[in-house]
Amino acid sequence: MDAQVETATRELSYAQAIQEAMAIAMERDERVFLMGEDIGVYGGAFQVTGDLVERFGPDRVMDTPISELGGAGVAVGAAVTGMRPIFEFQFSDFATLAMEQIVNQAAKMRYMLGGAVSVPVVMRFPAGSGTGAAAQHSQSLEAWLGHVPGLKVIQPATPHDAKGMLLAAIEDPDPVMIYEHKILYKMKGEVPEGYYTVPIGKAEVRREGADLTIVATSIMVHKSLDAAKQLAEEGIDVEVIDLRTVRPMDRQTIIESVCKTSRLMCVYEGVKTLGVGAEISAMIAESEAFDYLDAPVVRLGGAETPIPYNPELEKATVPQVDGIVKAARELVTGAR
Amino acid sequence: MSATAKKGAAKKDGANQPFIYRQFDQDKLRDALRKMYLIRQFEEGAEESYMRGLIHGTMHLSIGQEASAVGICLGLSDEDQITSTHRGHGHCIAKGADVSRMFAEFFGKTTGYCRGRGGSMHIADVSTGNLGANGIVGGGLPIAVGAALTAKKMKTGNVVVCFFGDGANNEGAFHEALNMAAIWKLPVVFVCENNGYGMSTSVARATAVPNIADRASAYAMPGVIVDGNVVSDVAEAMHEATERARNGEGPTLLECKTYRYRGHSKSDRNRYRTKEEIEEWMTERDPIEAFESQLMEFGVIDQNGIEEIRESVRKEIEAGIEFAKESPMPEVANLEKYVYTEQA
Repeated sequence: MDAQVETATRELSYAQAIQEAMAIAMERDERVFLMGEDIGVYGGAFQVTGDLVERFGPDRVMDTPISELGGAGVAVGAAVTGMRPIFEFQFSDFATLAMEQIVNQAAKMRYMLGGAVSVPVVMRFPAGSGTGAAAQHSQSLEAWLGHVPGLKVIQPATPHDAKGMLLAAIEDPDPVMIYEHKILYKMKGEVPEGYYTVPIGKAEVRREGADLTIVATSIMVHKSLDAAKQLAEEGIDVEVIDLRTVRPMDRQTIIESVCKTSRLMCVYEGVKTLGVGAEISAMIAESEAFDYLDAPVVRLGGAETPIPYNPELEKATVPQVDGIVKAARELVTGAR
Repeated sequence: MSATAKKGAAKKDGANQPFIYRQFDQDKLRDALRKMYLIRQFEEGAEESYMRGLIHGTMHLSIGQEASAVGICLGLSDEDQITSTHRGHGHCIAKGADVSRMFAEFFGKTTGYCRGRGGSMHIADVSTGNLGANGIVGGGLPIAVGAALTAKKMKTGNVVVCFFGDGANNEGAFHEALNMAAIWKLPVVFVCENNGYGMSTSVARATAVPNIADRASAYAMPGVIVDGNVVSDVAEAMHEATERARNGEGPTLLECKTYRYRGHSKSDRNRYRTKEEIEEWMTERDPIEAFESQLMEFGVIDQNGIEEIRESVRKEIEAGIEFAKESPMPEVANLEKYVYTEQA
């Protein structure tokens, strides 16, 4: 990983931070280019590429036809032969159309060829609910890709990490899938100017605490931090870990935290069953931290349903601050 | 069905000679014949090793399709790249791979091209421009377009050849890939080896148009049909497609009509085609026999020369199998190696 050369910071939105990372990467390395649907003059469905086409031209900010499978495969082929493509899915749900190229080709090519090639492709997935876009435009399927050896799957939760992790992803020799929660795009935060990377595979303790470890992903990091604030007023001291990377998972940070707090709750937006929380729970059950547990592990994940349209139903589908507070309180006080 | 070898044999000199006799020197033509023998004997050797239990898994043999692989790759350099298919041994050899390392791969050994991780279905030799066979029908099509995008962006002047079978033309990836290659005018040649059957399903039952090349018009590119068992016809069509690609005029869809003698894979009971049909292709239209008699007709080689080639190929195959047998097995401790790129 490159040395951190952070300079002055200023406030940027998550979307701006990603755009800045792509611009810096394209300035630094002529092999880097962007592909995706309507990322050129339109600026991307969520305005993440914005005006980059004016700066870098249509050859480096390439609009593709509506061909997710083909487009993803073209990015894979370009990556194997020496380019550094960044492929934007308009919605993460559309990865379902491209799973063949992601799972069978990008993830396995290096292995199948005995190390003869690397596949340095980055794919960006605007994900998550909360936009009223209903069942086919709101999913959080990061656990699907997290299940595949050969891929790296990241979920930055802040503008700072979005920029630094995307730059790390572009530098990475292997395929990196970056899940960006759509509701976070407008969130602002301090972002250093210039080039820096945030390492893939390292979780971050966002808040230290003694009574309970919450491991959260993406937008749930912020909801968990809000919940932790409320719980602090009740005298419950919550540690919040931002997982940041689904694969490879930073087991050590979680194990150490659970050894300290003796309680674990996983909070994530993807469907609860067979999701990221299942992996974290099982990992803890297999680790030395198991002996430290004072209470059963709790998972708060998405409901076992497609994401509905009605805003109240939509909200009820994924963990919210009140639910996190309630579950954490029960977990901590119930064990006392 | 005409004996295709006689097609261009009217004159021995001048402009009426078939393409390859005008385009390549005699050494190159003899080497082409040698490669065809190498492909056939490699596959026969692989098949025998499989029968004897030395190779496990499965394999898809291209015996009968050698003219297509060799004719397509005849004018390519190591820098020109190919993507290949599950029936990809011929492509790999035609592009210049070493049969010893191919056998070693089939035997699952560390000296194999994929260090025993890929086997027949993922055989590749990146050093000669082969980006790999593929276990997914149509999987290589978008990848080839991506490689061609790199060639265009880096201005390498290289051409990418995308081999696929008739079955792949009904995959969505085929249509998406051809469309993108056409709108971006990429230096790629789509080579469909139409051997009449996608596993057991005939082209007539699976594909709405009579020829795969007919689909080219939907993507505003030339669609060219050749007798895929005639080396010169394949090479000539390929030459035109390559020129077009190198000149920035975009892709071509080239359909080689051919036939596989063996079943789809090792599980095939050959219930979907008649013995007579197979016999007819083997006796009337064998690509190696046709090329041999044409080479003799044009004085490029004589019977002795042919015998020498067969003998030297036989020795190379024997040595290759021996090399594979003697090579070391991978260590189980290294199971997870090559999943990710090793970083300092």
